[in-house]
Amino acid sequence: MAASHLSGGRVNLAILREAARKELLECLDKCDGTKAVVWDEQLTGPFGLIAEYSLLKEHEVDKMFQLRPGRLPAANVNNIIFLCRPKLALMEIVAQNILKEEETGGSRKEFHIFFVPRKSLLCEQKLKELGVYGTFSNVDEYTLDLIPFDSDLLSMEIDSTFRDCYLEDDMTSMYYAAKSLMSVQALYGIIPTICGKGDCARHVADMMLRMRRELAGTEPQITPQIDCLLLLDRTVDLMTPLPTQLTYEGLIDEIFGINNTSVKLPPEKFASAKQQTGGPQEMPTEPKKLVLNSAEELYAEARDRNFHAIGPLLSRKAKLISAQFEERHGAKTVGEIKQFVSRLPHMQAAKISLANHTTIAEMIKEVTDSDHFMESLTVQQEFLNGIDTDKVNPYIEDCIARKEPIIKILRLVCIQSVANNGLKQKALDYYKREILQTYGYEHLITLNNLERAGLLTLQKQRTYPTTRKTLRLMVDDVSEQNPNDISYVFSGYAPLSVRLAQFLARPGWRSIEEVLRILPGPTFEEAQRIPVGLRKKRTSVGGGSESPKVTLVYFLGGVTYAEIAALRFLSQQEDSASDYIIATTKIINGHTWLEGLMDTLCPAPFPDTSTTSKSKGRG
Amino acid sequence: MAHVTGDWNPLGQVFYRKQEIYTLGWRDIDLDKFVVAAAPYGGPVALIRDETKLVRVQGSIRPVIYIYTSSGREISSIRWNSGHVIHLGWSCSEELLCVQEDGSVLVYDIFGQFKRTFSMGTEAKEMKVRDCRIFNSHQGTGLAVMTSSYRIFMVNNVDEPRIRRMADVPGLDAPPSSWVVISQDRQSRVLLARENDLYLLDHGGQYSRQLAPVSQQVEAYTEMAVSFNNKYLALFTNTGLLWIGSSDLERAYCEFDTKCPQRPKQLAWCGTGAIVGYWENILLMVGPGKDYVKYNVDSTVHLVPELDGLRILSNYSHEFLHKVPSVVECVFKIGSIEPGAMLYEASREFQNGSPKADEYIRMIQDRLTVAVDQCIQAAGCEHEPTTQRMLLRAASFGKCFLSDMNPEPFVRMCRTLRVLNSVRDFTIGIPLSCAQLEQLSMPVLIDRLVLRRQYPLAIRVCQYLKMPEAEGVSRILAHWACYKVQQTHVDDELIARSINEKLRDTPGISYSEIAAKAAECGRTELAIRLLEYEPKSAEQVPLLMKMGRDQLALAKAVDSGDTDLVYTVVMHLKEKLTLGDFLMTIRNLPTAQSLYLQYCKEQNREMLQDLYYQEDNFQESANCRVMDSYNETRMDERLRNLQQAQEAYTKARNEFAAKVTEEQVRLLKYQMRLEEELKRPYLDLSLHDTISQLTTEGNHKLAEQLRKEFKVPDKRFWWLKILTL
Repeated sequence: MAASHLSGGRVNLAILREAARKELLECLDKCDGTKAVVWDEQLTGPFGLIAEYSLLKEHEVDKMFQLRPGRLPAANVNNIIFLCRPKLALMEIVAQNILKEEETGGSRKEFHIFFVPRKSLLCEQKLKELGVYGTFSNVDEYTLDLIPFDSDLLSMEIDSTFRDCYLEDDMTSMYYAAKSLMSVQALYGIIPTICGKGDCARHVADMMLRMRRELAGTEPQITPQIDCLLLLDRTVDLMTPLPTQLTYEGLIDEIFGINNTSVKLPPEKFASAKQQTGGPQEMPTEPKKLVLNSAEELYAEARDRNFHAIGPLLSRKAKLISAQFEERHGAKTVGEIKQFVSRLPHMQAAKISLANHTTIAEMIKEVTDSDHFMESLTVQQEFLNGIDTDKVNPYIEDCIARKEPIIKILRLVCIQSVANNGLKQKALDYYKREILQTYGYEHLITLNNLERAGLLTLQKQRTYPTTRKTLRLMVDDVSEQNPNDISYVFSGYAPLSVRLAQFLARPGWRSIEEVLRILPGPTFEEAQRIPVGLRKKRTSVGGGSESPKVTLVYFLGGVTYAEIAALRFLSQQEDSASDYIIATTKIINGHTWLEGLMDTLCPAPFPDTSTTSKSKGRG
Repeated sequence: MAHVTGDWNPLGQVFYRKQEIYTLGWRDIDLDKFVVAAAPYGGPVALIRDETKLVRVQGSIRPVIYIYTSSGREISSIRWNSGHVIHLGWSCSEELLCVQEDGSVLVYDIFGQFKRTFSMGTEAKEMKVRDCRIFNSHQGTGLAVMTSSYRIFMVNNVDEPRIRRMADVPGLDAPPSSWVVISQDRQSRVLLARENDLYLLDHGGQYSRQLAPVSQQVEAYTEMAVSFNNKYLALFTNTGLLWIGSSDLERAYCEFDTKCPQRPKQLAWCGTGAIVGYWENILLMVGPGKDYVKYNVDSTVHLVPELDGLRILSNYSHEFLHKVPSVVECVFKIGSIEPGAMLYEASREFQNGSPKADEYIRMIQDRLTVAVDQCIQAAGCEHEPTTQRMLLRAASFGKCFLSDMNPEPFVRMCRTLRVLNSVRDFTIGIPLSCAQLEQLSMPVLIDRLVLRRQYPLAIRVCQYLKMPEAEGVSRILAHWACYKVQQTHVDDELIARSINEKLRDTPGISYSEIAAKAAECGRTELAIRLLEYEPKSAEQVPLLMKMGRDQLALAKAVDSGDTDLVYTVVMHLKEKLTLGDFLMTIRNLPTAQSLYLQYCKEQNREMLQDLYYQEDNFQESANCRVMDSYNETRMDERLRNLQQAQEAYTKARNEFAAKVTEEQVRLLKYQMRLEEELKRPYLDLSLHDTISQLTTEGNHKLAEQLRKEFKVPDKRFWWLKILTL
């Protein structure tokens, strides 16, 4: 995969990818001879963005397997390399793989394990307990932390961050986040200002400052390319992930799910578009996989728009393309024809891209036009506006009674709770009871988790209206076609997190001190000392032409596409105070986020029944 | 000032000069009565009384080893109370190697501190060592000993002694006439002469007889010497013949008849261009073209070969004999018309205010670059600062006439000379030449200064040369601190404070290394104080654990935010302490405790319950019981778990949860009854689904009963009815 789309921004993120690639190859080259790589399933996606298969092949990777219990598929290689997250559960699978492989005998193989992004003592200990630690020729780490997704987007793709930090008090992922920022600073220079809000943010900032002290004297001498780092806890803005995102990309994620910039779509629609002439043909059964990033011109333009603006955009593009194709009739001279032909591949690509997105937009429209969607959206908007947030909502009641998907219910109830700073005891108990009776008592733990995370709580002091008012979270007259405010991403609701970033850039946080006090966790601003020689030279003459500063906004605990879109919107404004780069621990939406907080309990099979359900520790 | 060429002696085409570099500071030392060992590269000199000579015994009869700098300042002395020393020598890292008769080698630093010892093997121990050679091998400093049974054992690197036995020489039943070690092509071999037979021995057990291309009849080779770079060899026969050739004996350069059959006291190479033999009161230097120079010496001397010359130590002075470098010859040779010489003259005239300067410059106008270069190079070859200065002044004068001269070589030479002059100073006593420094490299020179505890000078050199702090100043300060903590007579508090004062703002200091050193010296308290300053937790924590300061280690690990580090300490504590103590310890640190809880969640459910119990955390305890209930495969166990959960929820004052758990138990029991009665599966359906299923099956009465029992709201119940029917 080409990585040209990474280098388009103010800060060239392709360097980060290049560094990650180099390190991966160094890891692989530690093992002599042919190799089979066994992947932790969670890593295949992120790795696809770092290195393509052909590159691995050049480094003698002959086979690739998924890490699964049981025996490894046969492979005639010298080395078997496990690449996995440092999770205890995975260690058992690794051990099983190795023991089975040793049983088989055959040619002598060397085993290696690389933990991503860090080694863990517990995992090593577990491997020792399982009696396989000694068989490894290499136990090492591959420090892949932030993976470049696009020219302005980085993600660590660690799933359980929010849960670990707020339910389990396990700050390991914050340590990774701090380390990832250190690698960013190693490549792009020390970031002069660190601002943040929230407990985790404070923790990460402290660790960063500490790590810098540890580095003392060995820092790379680079002029800072990033001017400011804004660390934001997800807990500061629990609301934004919950409502349905209404940007194009956001909706694709809500409906189909985007993983590591690619989406899998139902194949039927695409088949009909392509094979109109072929008569009754076999339907493809494999889902259609599309890569979504700014390398695709049309997508780069469409993704951050409100979905209502997508229709006009697509039809305009369609006209443009057909006009371009019409030009061939106008081409008279050989030179003109030649010029036309040279443009052809580009035009063809644009045509295919247009066709794809028209199909996707149609599929989305089917969903958004449904009554369910509209009703749910109305309720969401009411809650966001603070209407009837303290009463049991009849629509939610109906949804529960119809036993609609539990996550939809939880999203709505959580929006209500957050917008109301918690529910009254009676309403809360009512909802909980309804949910437990309808979906099963096993959801009790999930409800407890949501309570701990502050998403579904008993009423506390009502501060949300103040926040809403001061930060102008609800904007009535937002234009979806030609937006003038970030609230277009939710057709009226402006993400709190992005508002914080906006206020930070202009006029500064001092103007919203009151709100910052209301929001949970400490607010802070730290300056990092930059050696004089490396400080940015502010052009003294004609300072007006100066390009805006670059802010890295790091969302600890996940970020949604809607927030990304809103930040990009801010960057694109003509008078923008800052350009934004976005980094996060994981790209989320309301569905995946709540799913991560659920504990899905299934009853263990009783010996006399033949059901195959088994218990899982967590979702 | 005498003319520079005053001390030049021609040897064939080239000149040699002997310059005094120091008037030795030692008093009452008669080299005649001592065995001398001087380290190359202007290193220290060790002296021990020569036991073959008769002396009047004064005081103790225990021998003393004196260590001096090259300028004759005493550094230390060692009162020897071990076995009989038969040989002294220096390693390349300036450690004193004392080879004893029993084959053991004792290693000391220049301050006479014992560092370590190793043995040359049991055979050497039993048979006694009679002779020894110390040489430079490709791995470092090598050492070879000959036992009284005329076997040779060798190690290639005294830092990692691995003993190799050299091949036996057939029929060797008397001491060999002479032997040397030749180290070439990554292998060290011994060249040994038995009368007039030469043998080359290697450690693979192979020997080969060599024939030296000597034209005359030879009875015995009584002395041999290998040049500093191992390329050339000199042999001396009992007929007084001196043969010079290549060390592989393939090429002969010359044979020179000394007319003195007496074996020289010492035979040593002067660089690579000449060989010097030392007889009583006479030094004879012979070049490869049969040319020779004779020097008279009035006292005992000791010769120390260097890579570009030969140092001569006598009772009073320290001299350096070396070939006059060709650039120096160009500039100073009488009648030289080289551009360098002209420029030098021009500069002198200019300083005298004479217009002749211009004339000279005009003469060499087009070769001025060469002239400047020659003057710069020549300055580097001079020992005397005044001469250096004159040459550099000439170079800088010449530079004025050039517009595009690269200033780098000039600046570099000035810097180098400044450093060299300061280490050559009498108080430091390292008489390095420019060529030697180039070979040795600047970092090694700094190491040597550190080794001599010349910390301030070392730091100034680093600062002057603008070395990166991490490899320069910081490293030196760390060494200084390590030395400081070994001063056991000074108070902990005082040392910690003085170390911190000096090191505070220096980046890249590894306090943990210093602390480790302190701990090694048994000063745990000091080590802990020092560790306080260590910014890297990953290095702080393990050391604290090693010293048994687990609490502190845990606190530091928590501070670092590195959860893996916390786990390291937690797991260590778990092994070490009793369970109760362990739990109490981690209780004080919430981060550690929650990490341990997390670990227990995955690995040890029982411990998890205990922990919740200890903390009166009934809510989590109940949650945990609920989760466990789903893992039970027996209904009664499951119910028991749920009932326990219910109790715990009550204790946690979570009435809602307690109530619904009670409801769940009721529902399960109800479902069991249903299953029994209706012989259909109902277990683990939700209440809603149970009612819905009953409705589908037409059991409206039972459905109604459930609705009442569990108080299902009307709205939902009717929705359910509508959707099911």
